[in-house]
Amino acid sequence: MSVTYDSPTEYIGHHLTFLTHRLDAGGFWTLNVDTMLASAVIGVLAFGFMWLVTRKATSGVPSKTQAFVELSVDFVNNEVKSIYTGSNKLIAPIALTTFVLTLFMNAMDFLPIDIVSGGLHAIGFQKFRYVPTADVNTTFALAFEVFGISIFFAIKAKGLGGWVRELFCAPFGASPFLWPFNLLFNCVEYVSKTLSHSLRLFGNMYAGELIFLLLGLLGATGIAGVIFGAVLHLGWSIFELLIVILQAYIFMMLAAVYIAMAYEHH
Amino acid sequence: MDINLTLLTQAIGFGLFIWFTAKFIWPPLMRAVESRQKQIADGLAAGEQGRQSLASAEKRIAEMIAEAKSKAGEIVATGEKFRSETMDQAKVEARAEGERIIAAAKAEIQQEVARAREQLRNQVADLAVEGASKILKREVDAKAHADLLAAIRSEL
Repeated sequence: MSVTYDSPTEYIGHHLTFLTHRLDAGGFWTLNVDTMLASAVIGVLAFGFMWLVTRKATSGVPSKTQAFVELSVDFVNNEVKSIYTGSNKLIAPIALTTFVLTLFMNAMDFLPIDIVSGGLHAIGFQKFRYVPTADVNTTFALAFEVFGISIFFAIKAKGLGGWVRELFCAPFGASPFLWPFNLLFNCVEYVSKTLSHSLRLFGNMYAGELIFLLLGLLGATGIAGVIFGAVLHLGWSIFELLIVILQAYIFMMLAAVYIAMAYEHH
Repeated sequence: MDINLTLLTQAIGFGLFIWFTAKFIWPPLMRAVESRQKQIADGLAAGEQGRQSLASAEKRIAEMIAEAKSKAGEIVATGEKFRSETMDQAKVEARAEGERIIAAAKAEIQQEVARAREQLRNQVADLAVEGASKILKREVDAKAHADLLAAIRSEL
């Protein structure tokens, strides 16, 4: 079951290669099977667990599991309430989904990469990256979806005409001379919001994964390297704990803020 | 870092999870939380109400006790007054009765005295007449000397 590598480059390269399935010509028409599989399993487990708790939910004295789920739901609800006070009932569930999904996807980073990879190797997966948020496709998908939802709610709240008007008339002014500048500014804002939203999460998780790999390389340098690597690994894991939760929180908050901004009138 | 079709599948998956959460997880959980909040709020309100009604009941009890005390005092005072009144009245009546009895006794005594005197007088008159007739050795005509005898009698 042990896998041997000839060089550090091969080791890192191997761990950072997606398990892909080519459709048609490849290129864009490729599926990252590992990311899809991991996120699907994580999502089904996380939301299935919450659903099971919800089914047995009682308004009386809650069980410990129910209290735990309620605590996280209440946390998200309060955060969303502090951002958005309107009547849209969907923002809070969207924020909860975002938070739970990104949190558990990020948390996959804690699994010891070489042990899990060895196990996956043994059952036939040569390459398998199981941290979905370290795949830019996942974070872009989440960010684009949030972007799409915010546009949808903006049009719903202001009407298509109102939204297009704001695209041309805000923030500089309604004069026809300023229309191109307004449009350009709004486009830059939308693109930068979505890009920063997705790349922040991706960068953090990718870097975290990479540092675990680099610390894993220390294990190849002998006994002292193994001990030193283990200590550093522990330190980085503790730090990563903070990053995982913080990034999930930031992602959730930004999603809620962007969607709530759809209701702002300029 | 290559963008590929995974983007789309992830977006669809994310959308499904959002739909699932918004439909099956969020509403029942929030319902449970909110109805529990309401229960707790109701319980607290009921507790507060209970405390208030207890306080008002205590106040009412204190008022009732004070009222009862003052009423009892009144009753005692009335009783006292009634007792002294009846005693005074009884004294007055007893005195009056005593005086009446005494007066009756006195009147009876006087009557008795008068009767005794009358009797005595008659007897003395008879004695005197008898003595005089014995002295005169002759019958005094009682009828003829009635005036005289009556005069003597009234002198006695």
